Amino acid sequence: MGKIKETAIILSQEKLSEGIYSMWINTTIAKEAKPGQFISVYTNSDARLLPRPISICEVNEQKSALRIVYRIAGKGTKEFSSYRGGESLSILGPLGNGFPLKTEKAILIGGGIGIPPMLQLAKELECEKTIVVGYRNADMFLEKDLECYGKVVIATEDGSVGTKGNVIDAIKEQGVEGSIIYSCGPIPMLKGVKAYAKENGITAYISMEEKMACGVGACLGCVCKSKDIDDHSKVNNKRVCADGPVFNAEDIDL
Amino acid sequence: MNTSVNIAGVTFKNPVMTASGTFGSGMEYGEFVNLNELGAVVTKGVALTPWPGNPTPRVCETSAGMMNAIGLQNPGIDTFIERDLEFLKGYDTKVIVNVCGKSVEEYVGVVERLADTDVAMLEINVSCPNVKEGAIAFGQNADMLYNVTKEIKNHAKQPIIMKLSPNVTDITEMAKAAEAAGSDALSLINTITAMKIDIYKRSFALANKTGGLSGPAIKPVAVRMVYQVANAVKIPVIGMGGISNYEDAIEFMMAGAKAIAVGAMNFHNPYTTKEIVKGIEHFMEKQGIEDINDIVGCVK
Repeated sequence: MGKIKETAIILSQEKLSEGIYSMWINTTIAKEAKPGQFISVYTNSDARLLPRPISICEVNEQKSALRIVYRIAGKGTKEFSSYRGGESLSILGPLGNGFPLKTEKAILIGGGIGIPPMLQLAKELECEKTIVVGYRNADMFLEKDLECYGKVVIATEDGSVGTKGNVIDAIKEQGVEGSIIYSCGPIPMLKGVKAYAKENGITAYISMEEKMACGVGACLGCVCKSKDIDDHSKVNNKRVCADGPVFNAEDIDL
Repeated sequence: MNTSVNIAGVTFKNPVMTASGTFGSGMEYGEFVNLNELGAVVTKGVALTPWPGNPTPRVCETSAGMMNAIGLQNPGIDTFIERDLEFLKGYDTKVIVNVCGKSVEEYVGVVERLADTDVAMLEINVSCPNVKEGAIAFGQNADMLYNVTKEIKNHAKQPIIMKLSPNVTDITEMAKAAEAAGSDALSLINTITAMKIDIYKRSFALANKTGGLSGPAIKPVAVRMVYQVANAVKIPVIGMGGISNYEDAIEFMMAGAKAIAVGAMNFHNPYTTKEIVKGIEHFMEKQGIEDINDIVGCVK
């Protein structure tokens, strides 16, 4: 099975913290989905043309269930948050490449709404791992879920929980070690992760975000700057949706 | 029942095409749509050399539409011929290559490179609003459009389709200039120049500041222009602009389009093109239409 667009049935919807929602849906995509991939979610309004790309947080293959954890960022995601169990929604997926699953001692780093993809990744990585998560304040989400799969280290901008500062501050303060990094979060965080990985001579995989239209690699809307000439367009642009969203940090100009 | 249409001597099995830039060269959407079922695949614009395109964000959503300012990122004609055209050879559909350039020489260069390929037609992009040089500069002045059309026509082996911009005072003037210069067909409309501002960030939604508006929001404008142009020229018109379903497709054809193309709606529903092919057949059956050509321009 490749990518499909289908109508999924919502199993449950839950508010995790201010503006952050968790939705479990029943979909055949669950059987194919890999950590770090995403799905395109369509609104029920024809006036909102473009799907919203949302990372896959967790899958339950046996139950054909897939979980997305998303932030209300506009009218489309606001609409998603109003859906209840039993209702349906249109999705397209699975999209993107996903994280490569290595066996080295790993540091998983998630910042804000970049945290969700770390959950399925933590579940599937068969190695020693520390999961470093960054929030604005004590209004946290998914930290309990993540504790089931590894040691969780927390950073908050206001210092109310864990290390005061960002994820790199937490790694340094709490002596987190690893020989490979998987990360997802805002660009300033990814820049910090890339610099930290370089200083320590380790590989970092970063998951990028960009405004998308097609989500499948056709429209060239969501490119990021790459170090090398890309295969698809022969210029220094990689398609976040199709060549990514996960890249080796070394290959991307942030 | 006949669904095939003939444009400048090229027969298409049905009037459903893809709008340039929304479908790549069909590789990505081939996972959703059997390309053999389409009248034609119209490729994303290709230039003589690779173009990097514009900075991001390149796309944003608007009410019942979207804006883009991709800036014609493309791999250049060499890679395009080796990879994209090789891929399309495997399908029983017509291929129309969208050609872009920053100068007349560049357009001619691409057109000449395509001379020995099995490409059915060439669509000349003189209407992209998102690049600074070439493109739309040729499409907003009737004299310049006449000259560039004439020059390309002199060098093109395949029939050419000049793709017209809606960002003009009178699109029929442009249509007549292209026809007079020897264009074999016309396609319209390209996107409408537009702008969106993020009031919270106090910045433009697109890095390019302006972008091209597409989607159902522009459909009535496109229908009007197709009607005007189809009644102003004798050469065939390919209509596009927010086509979502077979009813929209039929509407464009009744306004005068001999074929239609699906653009932004591929992003909303990747199956749109094949659903329209089936929908047109269904409509013809229900309405007792023997030949699709009978409805072209039937509303006067």
